Amino acid sequence: MMNAFNRSLRILSTGAALSLVMISAPQAFAATPADTLVEALAIDDIISLDPAEAFELSTAEVTANSYSLLVMLDPADTSKVVGDIAQSWTVSDDGMTYTFKLKPGLKFASGNPITADDVAFSFERAVKLDKSPAFLLTQFGLTGDNITDKAKAADPQTFTLTVDKPYAPSFVLNVLTASVASIVDKKVVMEKAKAVTPSADYKWNTDFGNEFLKTGYAGSGPYKVLAWRANEAVIMEANPNYYGEKPKLKRVVYRHIKESSSQRLALENGDIDVARNLQPGDLAAIEGKSGLQVTSAPKSTLYYFSLNQKNPNLAKPEVAEAFKYLVDYSAIGDKLIKGIGKIHQSFLPEGQLGAISDNPYTLDVAKAKELLAKAGLKDGFTVTMDVRNTQPVTGIAESVQQTLAQAGIKLEIIPGDGKQTLTKYRARQHDIYIGQWGSDYFDPNSNAETFTYNPDNSDEGKNKTLAWRNAWDVPELTKQTQAALLEKDSEKRAAIYQNLQKEVLENSPFVMLFQQIETAGYSSKLKDFKLGPSFSTNFVYTVSK
Amino acid sequence: MSLTQTNASRRRGRSRASKRTLAVLRFLVTVVTTFLGLLAVTFFIGRVVPIDPALAIVGDRAPAHVVERVREELGLNLPLWQQFFYYIRDALTGNFGTSVLTTNPVMTDIARVFPATIELATLGTVIGALFGVPLGVLAAVKRNSIADQIVRVIGLIGYSVPIFWLGLLALVVFYAKLNWVAYPGRMDIVYEFTFTPQTGFFLVEALILGQWDVFWDLFRHIVLPACLLGYFSLAYISRMTRSFMLNELSQEYIVAARAKGLSESRIIWFHALRNAAVPLVTVIALSYAGLLEGSVLTETIFSWPGLGLYITNSLQNADMNAVLGGTIVIGAVFVGINLLSDVLYRTLDPRTRSR
Repeated sequence: MMNAFNRSLRILSTGAALSLVMISAPQAFAATPADTLVEALAIDDIISLDPAEAFELSTAEVTANSYSLLVMLDPADTSKVVGDIAQSWTVSDDGMTYTFKLKPGLKFASGNPITADDVAFSFERAVKLDKSPAFLLTQFGLTGDNITDKAKAADPQTFTLTVDKPYAPSFVLNVLTASVASIVDKKVVMEKAKAVTPSADYKWNTDFGNEFLKTGYAGSGPYKVLAWRANEAVIMEANPNYYGEKPKLKRVVYRHIKESSSQRLALENGDIDVARNLQPGDLAAIEGKSGLQVTSAPKSTLYYFSLNQKNPNLAKPEVAEAFKYLVDYSAIGDKLIKGIGKIHQSFLPEGQLGAISDNPYTLDVAKAKELLAKAGLKDGFTVTMDVRNTQPVTGIAESVQQTLAQAGIKLEIIPGDGKQTLTKYRARQHDIYIGQWGSDYFDPNSNAETFTYNPDNSDEGKNKTLAWRNAWDVPELTKQTQAALLEKDSEKRAAIYQNLQKEVLENSPFVMLFQQIETAGYSSKLKDFKLGPSFSTNFVYTVSK
Repeated sequence: MSLTQTNASRRRGRSRASKRTLAVLRFLVTVVTTFLGLLAVTFFIGRVVPIDPALAIVGDRAPAHVVERVREELGLNLPLWQQFFYYIRDALTGNFGTSVLTTNPVMTDIARVFPATIELATLGTVIGALFGVPLGVLAAVKRNSIADQIVRVIGLIGYSVPIFWLGLLALVVFYAKLNWVAYPGRMDIVYEFTFTPQTGFFLVEALILGQWDVFWDLFRHIVLPACLLGYFSLAYISRMTRSFMLNELSQEYIVAARAKGLSESRIIWFHALRNAAVPLVTVIALSYAGLLEGSVLTETIFSWPGLGLYITNSLQNADMNAVLGGTIVIGAVFVGINLLSDVLYRTLDPRTRSR
């Protein structure tokens, strides 16, 4: 019996020893290739690479690095725009026609020349495909039927865009910096386009290369996209035909690593150059480690909670004000969102035209109690809050629950999946909703149009803006929001937004909490690695090793 | 005499044939009901949850008319029974719809992610069985000895420690500190440019093509998650082996064999284990099937682009076509593996053959 076992044990242990030897075979210390930038990034939000369809954060970054725009945000001062492929532009006297002169001699990655015809085609397909981001263009009165007249090539170097109202030029130009306005290579795209049978929903006989561009590439940016594999990687290679400053590194790879701790380990081991989704705990561990650095930039996403005005208690203005005094801003800022956000109480994120950064509210239970008494709710009341079960919102909801209790308000937290809470929110069936809002494009109108715009407060209202979702009926603010859109003078326009922010700060059912900060850990081997003020300005072509 | 004999044997032959047809029929009915039930349950759960799948496609910002158009396209405005009917009809023609997350046909997606899970699960099960069975035998033979206790503790840890914790710990030790294995993911980025596999079975393909450097890199990526999964199935398999072996070792034929003077190793490995192997096959098959579902936590920690991650991701985004497609694949795996273990049962146990 012993013998039999000794023998089999011997075989086992030899096997184990052998496999150990195999695993520990000599190898170079892990390092990324010298000509490649490797970033760990959760890219599971990407559903399509087609600029006319994509509306996700990761895609915004990929598109920004691989496609060109007419105009782009000035990285040095994001309240201004500079030309990308446009050399100059003029606005007609009636404020409706924009004429762009293209820089001469530009080429796509394919080698085809970039002409005004390509620009017109890019606008045409975005509007006709009518995917999620198309409203950015159709808000200028562009439709599938009029687009070829409104956006057209006057000559190979001149593109004209006609909008339906004399909008503020800063608004139009800011919208054109969004990735839906990226320029695609008409020749390449139409070669790959598929025929479609027109239907009531889709009137065109081609898919404008949408299927091809979902995973394909037809741009002219500093990098060209070689491949995207869902939940695995996005691989980009330097575009030899790029007209601007040549990218320093030959390749960029976004590797899908979702787990923060896994990202940290890979970064510490040198297998990636940048870790983009680090949680506060892992960030703290990396800070101060030799060979590693941390950088951050405020992004345009704001976190807030809002009070549904259909709830009679919450509809009282004193109650709304009391809620703003019942948030422990400093505790949230110091603990819950450290490294990923900073307290911000107005509805325009820092960096946008007219943004104000006063944070007048602090936790003041006595004041809140006074306000509640004035509203006739001296003894408090019970109310629910829909909370998606992810951090940091769950932590913040619990903190708010505690501070509300101090004034006698009993908050019941209803946890749910993100899509679940959102479905309820969009149907106006919540009491209180906590969530975030990110600007669709880098212009104050994006946020104003959702926080202070509600043209039809009935349940059938077509514009499901945040004001509508909370049944906040604001005809006066709606008018001001529209007026700001037509204000040609940038300073006057900024003044309107400042006024709107003050209104929201004082009288709205929105309790703004903080502005998101994106933080990344990266290897000190990298030079000039920076995060931009938005995902579409997270440029990687300046990075070198 | 000879006439009746042939008649009898013919009758026997016919009845055997009809029995076989009956068995096949019964099997088919079981499979069909299993799948229908599976589909119905997943479908209705998916439609009853208070989530708007159209939102998953177009995102929160999309204007109302786009949301409405997508709802129309998805057939979400039809009555529930009609939606189900259409779904079944399409499924029968092999069309499982399009995933809203990836915008690919669901089966294309699964053909991409499933091989990754198969490679991992197969390796995990091989490791689990290769180490689990001998350990279980050891524990049974040396019952209540130190060796038995050690195997018990190993099993207990495997049972009770959360896999994400053990996975992270393994990463810290074997990857971060010792640098023996590669970092999370399936393949090093260097090979993204040189190795373009045609199927999802990277390991197999690298082996066939003889690309040894790629194979080595793939191995360094898969070894840690495979060992981890292997460890968990080892814990299960060794416990089961132990109890099956204890059962066999207390049988009279063992006493008879000892009395006959057979060597102890022959008794254990040849007689006892062979009899214990019959139920053991089912245990290993079930644990394999469990791993083939895809281990979500392991796949998350090791950034393994497999089935578990795919289905979870789809679930969280209310991507019901993908969830249903994935469920069917898992159902098929279970049915297939049950069938396989049935066949193995028959080869291992002669008694089940004649019946």
